[in-house]
Amino acid sequence: MRVIGSRLLSLLPVLFGLCLLSFALLALVPGDPVTAMLGMEADPAAVATLRAKFALDQPLPVRFIAWFGHVLIGDLGRSIQTGRPVTATVLTALVPTLQLGLAALVVSLCIAIPAGIIAAARRNSAADMAVSIMALTGLSLPSFWLGILLIVALSIRLPLLPSSGYVPVLTDPLEALRHIILPALTLGAGMAAATMRMTRAAMLDVLSMDYIRTARAKGLSRRRVVWRHALRNALLPVVTLVGLQLGQLLGGVVITESVFAWPGIGKLTVDAIFARDYPVVQGAILVTATLFVLTNLATDLLYTVLDPRLRVRR
Amino acid sequence: MLRRLLIAPRSALGVLLVTITLFAGAFGPALSPYGPNEPDFAATLSPPSATHWLGTDDLGRDTLSRILSGARVSLLVGVVSVAAGLLLGGPIGLVAGYAGGWTDSVLMRCMDVLLAFPGLLLALGITAVLGASLVNTVIAIAAVNLPVLARVARGQAMSVRSREYITAERALGFGSATILWRCVLPNTASPILVQASLLLASSIITEAYLSFLGLGVQPPTPSWGNMLHDAIGFLDQAVWLAWFPGIAIFITVLGFNLLGDALRDQLDPHD
Repeated sequence: MRVIGSRLLSLLPVLFGLCLLSFALLALVPGDPVTAMLGMEADPAAVATLRAKFALDQPLPVRFIAWFGHVLIGDLGRSIQTGRPVTATVLTALVPTLQLGLAALVVSLCIAIPAGIIAAARRNSAADMAVSIMALTGLSLPSFWLGILLIVALSIRLPLLPSSGYVPVLTDPLEALRHIILPALTLGAGMAAATMRMTRAAMLDVLSMDYIRTARAKGLSRRRVVWRHALRNALLPVVTLVGLQLGQLLGGVVITESVFAWPGIGKLTVDAIFARDYPVVQGAILVTATLFVLTNLATDLLYTVLDPRLRVRR
Repeated sequence: MLRRLLIAPRSALGVLLVTITLFAGAFGPALSPYGPNEPDFAATLSPPSATHWLGTDDLGRDTLSRILSGARVSLLVGVVSVAAGLLLGGPIGLVAGYAGGWTDSVLMRCMDVLLAFPGLLLALGITAVLGASLVNTVIAIAAVNLPVLARVARGQAMSVRSREYITAERALGFGSATILWRCVLPNTASPILVQASLLLASSIITEAYLSFLGLGVQPPTPSWGNMLHDAIGFLDQAVWLAWFPGIAIFITVLGFNLLGDALRDQLDPHD
């Protein structure tokens, strides 16, 4: 509990910094943000109303304190474009993003863990070489290009899957599944590459340990030793990597969601930037970054829970 | 060291791919058969042929010439944004790691705030504020690289600050700035440069992402990212428009990844 408490405390200045930087985004827009939003030829009365609404006539520190006070109670302002509360807009967009992230994670783990284990168990074999090449390719492949190639192959040449759009799971589960396959493959492939490498390296470390030799010496089959004895310990660093990737995924979804017109928080951010809907940009970036920080913290804490040696050291 | 890099097949492949990209960036525009923005309305969306090796786009512009011009843009953005991150982040990290205490806490908390944003999101936020252009793309990517390089530099400075040769310099009466410049920097440069080389690949990809989203390099200046963005509208009739810029990004990023890994193994064997 003390570890959790101290980690949470150390997070406070970072979260405050996040708010400060997110606020600065709106404050630093060159010229008048209202003119930027409404255009040069906007009605002066409309400009004046909007300036008053955003308290732009106030000094910056006063504006920050007022804005920060609202953020603390979950009020991120209103969208210029739709008039809807930004908090509700962002939370609505979070649902498809979380679904996509979860699906990408499943794709990534289903590919990476077995491939990494096989590569380590059959070191220097053709399978090991194939896994290494796959991992390196996956790490160097730009995700949006992979997405485009998948659309060409599985939506245009062989019209098996839809190339864009989103269907809520509760509306039509089968259609929802068909729509999520391509974006999840696109997002999951990059994650799988790094996880594959990590699983292989961690398994190789564990397989060279004394207790593995002992397990083999007492007559256990190689398969049993790999899957029952080595895997559990080898997965520790993999869990950390996957946790960190979940955080990174919040950045990666921006591209995938744009390619597949997936109405998540990434697409919301990009659309808001083009629409100059700065409160939405600000809110989406603040929420995404906060989730990123919290995911990294959760990963850190989970690692401490999974590896008792770390608790003793601390 | 170059000999050692060329012996191992993976690093040799990295050197080859990076050399091809550098050659394309340096001489490509001079060697390309057409101007990158030269339209040929008689040959719009033509597939790869003897006259246009990699085909043409909807305005009849030669894809090969645009890819060669795009190489220069990608390399320029990658190298300048990493160099800018290095010039700002390196000193911040070295000072924080060497000085310790409050200086370290304040500087590193600022870096933590930048690191608290997913890289692409931070770059997006900055281009949203500054506007989309080549220079602003460089600034945005440099801001993403800065805290990463500062962290590495800090770690290295912390590891050398209690060494005997630093204590000896202090005992001789040299000031902190002199010690940082004369002793800390030379002994920490290798790992920082290795990290910088690895960041080149991610910077090139980030540029492609931003340009793909329409928030990076702006048309008509060709960039691999904005070429892929344009290709989306013609996937059913001109798939080569999506193939070749993607292959160019893949080859470049693969080359820098392989070379970065090899450099890390050579220069930073402890890692």
